[in-house]
Amino acid sequence: MRVNFTVNGRPQEADDVWEGESLLYVLRERLGLPGSKNACEQGECGSCTVRLDGVPVCSCLVAAGQVEGRDVVTVEGLAEHARQRSCGDAHGTALDEARGRQAQGTDSQTGEGTELAPIQQAFIDAGAVQCGFCTPGLLVAADEMLERNPDPTDADIREALSGNLCRCTGYEKIMDAVRLAAARQQEAV
Amino acid sequence: MDFLRPASWEEALAAKAEHPTAVPIAGGTDVMVEINFDHRRPEYLLDLNRVGDLYEWEVGEDSVRLGASVPYTTIMERLRAELPGLALASHTVASPQIRNRGGVGGNLGTASPAGDAHPALLAAGAEVEVESVRGSRRIPIDAFYTGVKRNALAADELIKYVHIDKADGPQQFSKVGTRNAMVIAVCAFGLALHPSTRTVRTGIGSAAPTPVRAKAAEEFLNAALEEGGFWDNGKIITPSVAKQFAELCSGACNPIDDVRGTASYRRHAVGVMARRTLTWAWESYRGTAARSEGAA
Ligand SMILES: Cc1cc2nc3c(=O)[nH]c(=O)nc-3n(C[C@H](O)[C@H](O)[C@H](O)COP(=O)(O)OP(=O)(O)OC[C@H]3O[C@@H](n4cnc5c(N)ncnc54)[C@H](O)[C@@H]3O)c2cc1C
Ligand code: FES
Ligand code: FES
Repeated sequence: MRVNFTVNGRPQEADDVWEGESLLYVLRERLGLPGSKNACEQGECGSCTVRLDGVPVCSCLVAAGQVEGRDVVTVEGLAEHARQRSCGDAHGTALDEARGRQAQGTDSQTGEGTELAPIQQAFIDAGAVQCGFCTPGLLVAADEMLERNPDPTDADIREALSGNLCRCTGYEKIMDAVRLAAARQQEAV
Repeated sequence: MDFLRPASWEEALAAKAEHPTAVPIAGGTDVMVEINFDHRRPEYLLDLNRVGDLYEWEVGEDSVRLGASVPYTTIMERLRAELPGLALASHTVASPQIRNRGGVGGNLGTASPAGDAHPALLAAGAEVEVESVRGSRRIPIDAFYTGVKRNALAADELIKYVHIDKADGPQQFSKVGTRNAMVIAVCAFGLALHPSTRTVRTGIGSAAPTPVRAKAAEEFLNAALEEGGFWDNGKIITPSVAKQFAELCSGACNPIDDVRGTASYRRHAVGVMARRTLTWAWESYRGTAARSEGAA
């Protein structure tokens, strides 16, 4: 079947999609967006986390056909998503604006050439990335929490990231990174 | 495989009537795991995401009409006052990502003895409204679970709403697992005080082939509370009464040994949770009873 939906502000069309296929598979294998990781395919690890109509979900548990006509943001679009939020447009990207971005030379789909989102920069600065496999899912989940809750307690952060596993860091640096991003976000306003 | 995408409830019922083997998919948090691991290859997937009725809820006089697909996150955030037991149970399900997608309809569809909504629904009192092109009926929650991962749905039926009695007193939910997030219950316990009928109801998860109520324990406790005038005098529940209640709750279990725990541990843990949830709920009942007396 064919699935039409919006990814990182751009309309996409995936062809020859098997009816039992996951959104994760479509993103990685059909649309060439390997940022969302596949580590468990059973909702346990969160490394496939994307925003579906704004809501963080495990893309491995969404059937491809369920995203027809809907809006998906992946880690590749996170920087642009964060940029627009800071410009006061928290509610997605208008299609013509998305097309406009396409013409600007930076690739808004793969994220290459764009400046990093504050949460991404914070992960680097805090040393929260080791092997990096968990990182994309954590970034999407953490960014969404900061959008909802600009001044999170440690308990809020732990709760928001409780669906994301990391086998390397022991989570302390990840906590540091999210605290850092929250602090920088508050300074900016 | 075919992907059916009804745009309305009527279309969904028609599709299910035409293809009774079609597997409904709501949040997909059970269905997709099975498909990803090739445990299931349905001929038809019936997507319910476009059926708006299933995402709505309405707070009525005595009960809440909860759409089958209302996600756990919404229950936690919007229905905590009306459905405190279910809201507590929802909060223990998996992770934010799963709670954003999964809901009570899917929990009932899977009917796993470990599903966290079940003890809360059993304790609160609920009816499952199911419908097919033949018509609609309401199944009392006690009659809904018919076996391990089996429920009372006919092949052409879909769950539309769950009607859950609004809390008329304190409710509690407790779950044993190896950590706080992302854990399937070793066993779970739900308890609701119903001061308006002077009854206590329970629900036990993961300690029998289906979710069950501890009926003998409820009867014992109802009689003991009545006899001692506890509902009126708001006294602390006698330790011997709490102990016997806990033992009867353990006795209502019919658990198995599995990777998550042994049968005897489950029996023991259900007793502990029964005593604790009763104590917590009764403490808050006494608090409110004392306050309303003071005001009178
Ligand atoms: C990592 C992970 C952790 C989990 N942890 C927990 C946990 O802690 N506690 C817990 O209780 N569950 C847990 N689950 C299981 C799952 O999230 C729940 O059972 C959830 O309630 C399923 O809802 P859903 O909408 O995603 O169901 P789906 O997967 O869409 O459907 C589940 C079943 O219900 C049927 N169904 C769905 N809607 C209807 C309807 N309207 N009418 C008829 N049939 C219907 C489907 O055909 C299917 O058989 C977990 C799952 C995962 C992947
Ligand atoms: S790959 Fe989706 S949660 Fe692990
Ligand atoms: S950095 Fe390796 S899993 Fe998190």
